[in-house]
Amino acid sequence: MEKRATFSNLWLAAAFIAPQMLLIFTFFYWPTGEALYWAVSLEAPFGGSNEWVGWLNFQTVFSDPKYWDSVRVSLLFALSSTALSLGIAVLLALFVDRRLAGHQVYKFTFFLPYALAAPAVGLAFRFIFSPDAGFVSAVNRIWPGLWNPAFNGNDAFIMIVLAQAWMMVGYNFIFFLAALQSIPRTVSEAGAMDGAGVLRRMWDIQLPLITPTLFFLIVINITDSFVNSFGIVDITTGGGPARATEVMVYKIYFDGFRGKDYSLAAAQSIVLMLLIIALTFIQFRFIERRVHYS
Amino acid sequence: MKRLALLAMAATAFATGASAAERTKFEFWYGLTGDLGEVVANHCKLFNESQDKYEAICTGQGGYDKAEQNTIAAFRAKQHPTVVQIYDAGTVNFMLSGAIYPANKFAKDYNLDIDWSKYFPGIANYYATSKGEMWSFPYNSSTAVLYWNKDAWAKIGKDKAPATWAEFGEDLKALKAAGVDCGFAFDFDSWMNLEQFSAINGIPLATLENGYGGLGAEIAFNKTAFVDHMKDFKAWMDAGYARIQTNQTGKNLIQSFADGTCASTTSSIANHGTVHNTQVAGLNWDVAKLPVIDASKRTNSIVGGASLWVMEGKSKEEYEAAAAFLKYVTAPDTGEKYIAENTGYIPVTTAGFELLKSEGFYNDPKRSGRETAIESLTASDVTPLSRGIRLGNFTSIRAEVRSELEAAFAGQKTVEQAIDAAADRSNQILRRYEQTFKGKTLP
Repeated sequence: MEKRATFSNLWLAAAFIAPQMLLIFTFFYWPTGEALYWAVSLEAPFGGSNEWVGWLNFQTVFSDPKYWDSVRVSLLFALSSTALSLGIAVLLALFVDRRLAGHQVYKFTFFLPYALAAPAVGLAFRFIFSPDAGFVSAVNRIWPGLWNPAFNGNDAFIMIVLAQAWMMVGYNFIFFLAALQSIPRTVSEAGAMDGAGVLRRMWDIQLPLITPTLFFLIVINITDSFVNSFGIVDITTGGGPARATEVMVYKIYFDGFRGKDYSLAAAQSIVLMLLIIALTFIQFRFIERRVHYS
Repeated sequence: MKRLALLAMAATAFATGASAAERTKFEFWYGLTGDLGEVVANHCKLFNESQDKYEAICTGQGGYDKAEQNTIAAFRAKQHPTVVQIYDAGTVNFMLSGAIYPANKFAKDYNLDIDWSKYFPGIANYYATSKGEMWSFPYNSSTAVLYWNKDAWAKIGKDKAPATWAEFGEDLKALKAAGVDCGFAFDFDSWMNLEQFSAINGIPLATLENGYGGLGAEIAFNKTAFVDHMKDFKAWMDAGYARIQTNQTGKNLIQSFADGTCASTTSSIANHGTVHNTQVAGLNWDVAKLPVIDASKRTNSIVGGASLWVMEGKSKEEYEAAAAFLKYVTAPDTGEKYIAENTGYIPVTTAGFELLKSEGFYNDPKRSGRETAIESLTASDVTPLSRGIRLGNFTSIRAEVRSELEAAFAGQKTVEQAIDAAADRSNQILRRYEQTFKGKTLP
């Protein structure tokens, strides 16, 4: 007979999950419900006279070419910063895992960036990459005008991708390292005895064995770059120049909190929420198939 | 049990006795940050020390935007402050909010004894309704001026700042020829380049008297001299006379002027003190009124800064406390003089200005030139086009102008195309705002 650990007392079970449910309700379902309501009405800043307008806000959002620009920028930003930061993190982790001299120091320092708040990272990157006064201004002394994120949208975009990737590298690194260290040494050693070199072992043994971690990190990084990029964008570029770095979440902030057009911002957040749900779904549906959980 | 009850009664009596002796408190929220925020906080402290009946609880909100945003959120939760400092661009939201106690009515109900006619018309009109009633108390005010490096201009044999934009253009050319690498630093701030430019030259920014006539106003700036003005800027940049300076490039306008990199810039008079405090040694500079198109037709410039709004729904006691506070912070000596002495902001009434002049305020070499701002604000009688700007969601309109100009100056489109696009998008913003406030009329 199958044995199951179940609560015969449903009320007790309910009491146990109530605090969690209450939190989720207060901080997720309620605001989401409010946003939905605002998205289908025209909400005046001080409230009072809102009017049901149906799909008008969504129509306004979707008919705005600048909105689609921000979607494009967001997707590009998510993909490139995720790829960059995962790539760097896995390299760092593979080499730290080899226990080269000083690996303890690396382990500690590589994780540090994640401990910084996004606006602090943004400020640092703004200074480092400022074309007149920053570190990178040396480049402009050799090739005048080569680097100017205040003027050139591509430069500005590269800058925010670098900032986001740099910040996430530490986080990704720790997960990769943990995953690598959980691979039994014997596996690698067996490979070594069969004559596989360092790179061959990394590529054919270690990397395939950490795909569950890789998958988890892809989901986390993509989501993070959609929702947490605000701090970086706000400080480094303010969405400019000419909207080249206006990610969706920054546009929501601007329309809602600066422009005080709550309904337009609410409609955009609903779209963003659906987009992230869809992306996560796609990742679970299609990428997870290729993951081997041991 | 009986003893306990007695104790409780005694405690209650004690508590009420104590609170009767306490001061009446009210909340004041402000948006200024940094050094300026400290000046406001200190203003509160001075008020609290000046008497023992009332106490202002002052809280900085971390920025003008946030002050407005937080007040809105607090109002919705019925936790709003009694008095709040709101920046120029937030004026229209507050006028339409139904959440405020109009300043003129408040002053009458609580015997504030304010002579509204003493406010400089350029300032009063900006914060007044279309009928000329003031609904908020001007607090920290500034206007735009030209900062110019006298030594640089001396190189081209001039000891006066250019009066017209045409003259300015020629000077820039001469400066370049004389070896000045950056003659003019500019950015895409709409307050200076569009709003002040339009007011001073008497050209419309939007129809219906820049929006004072109602929410149906439409953008007009794409059909005015503003377009040519921006084309001049672009030509100057392309010719290497002028440069874009923002925080993103490493140095903003004021920084690039104060360290001598650029020979001139346009900025708020409020930065006068900052330039003095941060300039490189020996920088020989002054401020002048902004250049105009036609020197004989200069009209007044408009104000920037913030005003104090009284919110509705508070108790009579709190309003009395707020009234005492407002009286203190708007009086010529305890208010205007305090602000002018501690910041670069200007006095807002003729009384305050006269007081400062009589005390020799402007004779201090560090402050000489600040009266230029008053000259600029009072350059003419206020006309329907130099009254101010009363457009809904103006923050977003400013952002549209900025990002389209960025596109034009980066060469993605022509200046005309960019400004047309900005106007088109701004009109959509205005129509949306009009629809949001359907059935309401602008006071």
